[in-house]
Amino acid sequence: MTVPRVLFDEPGPRARARIRLGTALGLVLLAGLLALALWQFGRNGQLARDRWVPFAQLSYLKFLADGFVGTIIATALAAVASFPLGMVLALGRLSRKRALRWAATAYIELFRGIPLLLLIYAFLLALPRFGVNLPILWKLVVPIVLVNAAVLAEIYRAGINAVDPGQFEAAVSVGLREGTAMRAVIMPQAVRLVAPALVTQLVALLKDSTLGYVVSYPELMKQGNNLTVYTHLLVQTYLIVALIYVVVNLALSRLAVLLERKVGTRVRRKVARSGGTGTPGPGQPLTTAGAPPTLA
Amino acid sequence: MHVVIDSLGFLLGGLLVTLELTALAFVGALLLGTVLAVFRVSPVPPLRVAGAAYVEVLRNMPLLSLLVLVVFGLPDVGVTFSLFTSAVLCLAGYGAAFVCEAVRGGINAVPVGQAEAARALGFTFSQSLRHVILPPAFRTMVQPLVNIFIGIALGSSLAAAVGVSELTNRTQLLNLRSAEAVVLFLVSGAMYLAIALLGGTIGGALERRLTRRAR
Repeated sequence: MTVPRVLFDEPGPRARARIRLGTALGLVLLAGLLALALWQFGRNGQLARDRWVPFAQLSYLKFLADGFVGTIIATALAAVASFPLGMVLALGRLSRKRALRWAATAYIELFRGIPLLLLIYAFLLALPRFGVNLPILWKLVVPIVLVNAAVLAEIYRAGINAVDPGQFEAAVSVGLREGTAMRAVIMPQAVRLVAPALVTQLVALLKDSTLGYVVSYPELMKQGNNLTVYTHLLVQTYLIVALIYVVVNLALSRLAVLLERKVGTRVRRKVARSGGTGTPGPGQPLTTAGAPPTLA
Repeated sequence: MHVVIDSLGFLLGGLLVTLELTALAFVGALLLGTVLAVFRVSPVPPLRVAGAAYVEVLRNMPLLSLLVLVVFGLPDVGVTFSLFTSAVLCLAGYGAAFVCEAVRGGINAVPVGQAEAARALGFTFSQSLRHVILPPAFRTMVQPLVNIFIGIALGSSLAAAVGVSELTNRTQLLNLRSAEAVVLFLVSGAMYLAIALLGGTIGGALERRLTRRAR
C-alpha cells in the first residue's frame, strides 16, 4: 500500500519500531472491540443459529427484496423529478430577470434550511386537512424532490460558474441566441463537470427514501420494520438493512470517484492545452464532488 | 390563532431540545472526527484502515437506519441508552465521519513543504500537527464544518421518527391535536431556517476573520 507521506518522512529504525508497536496495539484494540461486540451479542443469545438462519429463507429474502424495489422506485422517481427541477432553479438563480432570480434564490435558501422530515409531516398530517391528500408514495417523493431540487440547483450553479466565460461569449458572437448558447454550449459542459456530484446526490436521495419508514411506504427501511413485527429479530434485521444500504451507496460513491477522476483528467488536459489561462487552476477543486454526500 | 400562542411554550421547549441535540452532537462529532482524521493520516496501518472503514460505512449509511438500529436494535444485545442519549450518540457518530473528511481535506490543503519544514526543524508528529498544519488547515475547514453543523441541526429532526420529543416531533404532535395548529409547521420551519441561516452567517464571519488574521 502506498501511503501519502504528508506528515512524516520515510521512517528510520526507531520510528519503524514505534510504528510496529502502534500496529500491534492498534490490532489488539480493534480485536478487543470486535470480541467485546461478539461477546455482548453472545451473552444476550443473539448469535444463536435460529436468529440468523431465517434470513437465508426465500420468504425473508423476498420480503426484504420487495422493500428494496420500493426504495429503488422512490429514489428513481425522486431523481427523475428533482434533477430537471434543480436545473430550472439554477438557471432561474443565474437569470438576468431580477424577479426570477429572487424567486429562485428564495426557494433554494428556504428548502436548504428546513428538515425533510418536517416537510414530510406537513404532507402527511397538515395538507390532508386542506384537501391535498396524495397517495403514500407521493407523500414521500414530493417532499424529497422539493428539498433536493434546491441542493441540486446549487450543484448545477457551481458547474455553470466553472465553465470558462469565454465559451458563452464565443457562442453568442458566432450568432447563437443566449438561450441556445446556454442550452447547447454551456449546459453540456457544466453537467459533465458536476457529473460526479450528481451521482453523489443520488446517494443522498437513496438515504432520504428511508423516510418511507415514517409515511409507511414499504421501502427497505419500512419493510425491515414490518419484518421485525412478525419475527422480533430486531438487531439482526436492522443490521442487515443497514448493510444493504451501505453496500449500494458504496457502489454509487465509487462510481462518483471514478467519474471524478475522469472529469479531473479531462479538465487538467484542457487547462494544460490552453496554457493554464482557463479559470479553474489545475490544483483547484473544480466540482463540488469532492464534498461529502449531504448529511441528512 | 390562540392555539398557536398556547402551544408556543411547548414548541419552544422542543426548539431547546433540538438545540441541545445539535450542540452536543456537533461537539462530539468534532472530537471524534478529529481523532479519526489523525488516525487516517497516521503512519500506523491498522489505524488508517479502521479510520477509513468507519468513514466509508457511516457516510454511506442512512442516518435513520443508524438511529433505528441503535434505538430499537441495540437493546436486544443489552446496550440501552435513553432516547436522547441514543440520538446524540448517533448524530455525533454520524457527523464524525463527515468531520473526519473535512479535517483531512484541510490537512491535505496545506502545502507539503510546510510539513517538511516543520520536520526539518525537529518537530515531532504531534507538534507539527498542532503548531504548523492544523492552524492553516482550520481555515479551509470552516466552510465544510459549517455545512456539517447545519446538516446535524436538520438531521436532528430524524430523532423525531424514533420518538425523541424535539421540535419536529412536537410540531407533528400539536398538529394531531388541533386543525389550527397547521400554522405551527410554518413556525417550526422558520425556527430551523433561523438555525441554518445563523450557522451560515457565523461561519462566514469566522472564515473572514481567520483569513484576515492570516494575511
